[in-house]
Amino acid sequence: MRSTFLRPANLAWKAASSYESATDSVPLLILPQPVGTGAKAVDGARSMDERSGDSLAAGGAEPVSAIDVRLVDVTKRFGTQVTAVDRIDLEVTDGEFFSLLGPSGCGKTTTLRMIGGFEQPTSGLIELQGQDVTWLPPYKRNVNTVFQDYALFPHLTIFENVAFGLRRKKTGGAEIRRRAAEMLELVELRGYDGRKPGQISGGQAQRVALARALINRPAVLLLDEPLGALDLKLRKQMQLELKRIQQEVGITFIYVTHDQDEAMTMSDRIAVMHRGRFEQLGRPQDLYERPRTSFVAGFLGVSNLMTGRIDGADGAYAIVRLDASTALRLPREGVSDGASVQLGVRPEKIRLVGEGSATADLNVLSGRVRDASYTGVSTQYLVDIPGGSKMTVYEQNTARAAAAGLRRKGDMVGLAWSPADTFVVQPGRTEPAPSRYQEAPDVRRT
Amino acid sequence: MRGPARETVKQGRRVRRLAHLLDRWLLPLYALLAVSYLALPVLVMILFSFNDPSGRSNISWRGFSLESWFDPLGQPGLAEAVTTSLAVALFATLAATVLGVLIGLALVRHRFRGRSSINLLIFLPMSTPEIVLGVSLLTLFLASTQYAFVPEGTFFPLGFHTILIAHIMFNISYVVVTMRARLQGFPRHLEEAAMDLGANEWTTFWRVTFPLILPGVMAAALLAFSLSIDDYVITVFTSGQATTFPLYIYGSQQRGIPVQVNVVGTIIFLVAVGMVVLSTLLQRWQRPDPVEAVEVEGART
Ligand SMILES: Nc1ncnc2c1ncn2[C@@H]1O[C@H](COP(=O)(O)OP(=O)(O)OP(=O)(O)O)[C@@H](O)[C@H]1O
Ligand SMILES: [Mg+2]
Repeated sequence: MRSTFLRPANLAWKAASSYESATDSVPLLILPQPVGTGAKAVDGARSMDERSGDSLAAGGAEPVSAIDVRLVDVTKRFGTQVTAVDRIDLEVTDGEFFSLLGPSGCGKTTTLRMIGGFEQPTSGLIELQGQDVTWLPPYKRNVNTVFQDYALFPHLTIFENVAFGLRRKKTGGAEIRRRAAEMLELVELRGYDGRKPGQISGGQAQRVALARALINRPAVLLLDEPLGALDLKLRKQMQLELKRIQQEVGITFIYVTHDQDEAMTMSDRIAVMHRGRFEQLGRPQDLYERPRTSFVAGFLGVSNLMTGRIDGADGAYAIVRLDASTALRLPREGVSDGASVQLGVRPEKIRLVGEGSATADLNVLSGRVRDASYTGVSTQYLVDIPGGSKMTVYEQNTARAAAAGLRRKGDMVGLAWSPADTFVVQPGRTEPAPSRYQEAPDVRRT
Repeated sequence: MRGPARETVKQGRRVRRLAHLLDRWLLPLYALLAVSYLALPVLVMILFSFNDPSGRSNISWRGFSLESWFDPLGQPGLAEAVTTSLAVALFATLAATVLGVLIGLALVRHRFRGRSSINLLIFLPMSTPEIVLGVSLLTLFLASTQYAFVPEGTFFPLGFHTILIAHIMFNISYVVVTMRARLQGFPRHLEEAAMDLGANEWTTFWRVTFPLILPGVMAAALLAFSLSIDDYVITVFTSGQATTFPLYIYGSQQRGIPVQVNVVGTIIFLVAVGMVVLSTLLQRWQRPDPVEAVEVEGART
């Protein structure tokens, strides 16, 4: 089911959805109540017909009801120099725990703020549950946000903080009390109602922020590094708690973090962001086992990357030649003969074997141990391989490994791993992909 | 213990003793001197409000009496002057605070054409000598009579309304400057949070922004009130026949200042002190400091 949502955005759709000119039509897949841009909604209905052969037909009458958040070709620029978010497409399904992961400044917060309504995209379309919300203010969107610094109202009690959203909806006093109590129960803060935000700890404030957002029963909850301010132990604990709460309430979470472990442990799917674009989007294990770019390979865990040229095939595997004397194998899909490729393998997939003890169905390299460090669970080796590159190897400290003896600096070893564990990555993106908006060349900034 | 170490310890003791001496005696003495320098004129004013009012002036001590305290407005014209002063200060404060807060919000929050020049102009009434302001206001009011489009009697003859206009004018800049400083550090994300939770702009302002800037607004209003109630220089040029309390005092100088003036002055002083104490208490009650927070936590568990 999920894979149907991963369908690549088609180009005609992209071109049609641009807000660039007034004549453009904006396809809206569902039009419950066209909000704001009435004229565009009519156009949208037309283009909906035109596109009936696409995903519409596949899903039946209400094809996108399961999609809570949809971004179509969203770009956000600040001034003329900064492109914070660069042509992003995204579909997050109902009840999903989705993470935006990336280094500082890659555009995660900006993306979240556009979904929340605090920032308007420079171009593109944002839909929540099939409704175009691109130009709606935050208070007209059925999403709530947990801010990085919690943003609790310091002049209100914890109870009033939690009740704030319901009070705006003019909910009755009795119901507010009941639901606030329920929420404080959920986040395990019963009895704290009368305190002010200045009188609780960071972890508690984080939970109040969560309760304050969840009480409104939003379709989507946006969380911007909600655990960033907590220490490691509390962080781990809150990760589990957040996951529990998300499963309990069944609300879609879009979670921003720059901590890869956090994203991996909590998410159903992750989008790895880099310089305003999605490098790769997928399930945590897919991202880890099959990173598609060198950036993802390096950002999620540790990777050993090598370069070579595809030189023939061997059954299900393609043969890649690193140099005249070394050849490795890797899964054949997606590589073409003669191409120069960058390939990688995770450190824990590699086993250290005796030098020269070649095993027919494994990839084997030989090298010299440069450094070994014992970390308890495993031993980490740094091995020099011919050609000047270094490989990192994590070896579990099992009885088998102990029997083979700890390798020392200078020992010659063989590195063996399964060809199936070998992946191919695209080189890192240095240039932004061709876009309607060409950025000013760097030289002009000086 | 070896020699050098013992030396260090000795030296440490000496330094500590010196610090103790400084903390215990020198600083309090210094503070006492400074405070008495500041407080002496006020104390003299309070003391002479208890002077026996029999003489022509209130310069020499004739003996303790509560007579003036029982009849603080018992001088011809004094009651009207005090009322005028209070009314001017009240209305000027209200108007200047509302306008000043709005200007402050606009200047801090929005980027618009002419913003930087307004930022500069706001300082003008503060930095211009009061007497210059007074003279130019008077000129302005007089000159307005020459233009047909200004209805007759709008500014001239001068009176209560021209004092009010003048006071609002100079108070605005003080309010703006105070508010601007307060607003600069205002956590904008709290407003975003309010909107996120369904509050529109209006509700957000009244439920979140205003309660949070209220201490600043109060501070600005108090400043405006105190500037207005004791202003003499600008008022003298814009008052016409109207008399405020400071004008009354100046005017009664030739006849000899009555004891009641000291009484009213003392009352104003006490009210001002009361307000400062109140606002400090309010602020402390609104934002408990971390130490108190820990105590609360301890008390709960
Ligand atoms: N209001 C703004 N004006 C100008 N540039 C901005 C603004 N907000 C963000 N940017 C820029 O846009 C880029 C993306 O910022 P964003 O806050 O989305 O990053 P982020 O991924 O959330 O980073 P972090 O992990 O550090 O929070 C950055 O280069 C930032 O400097
Ligand atoms: Mg951020």
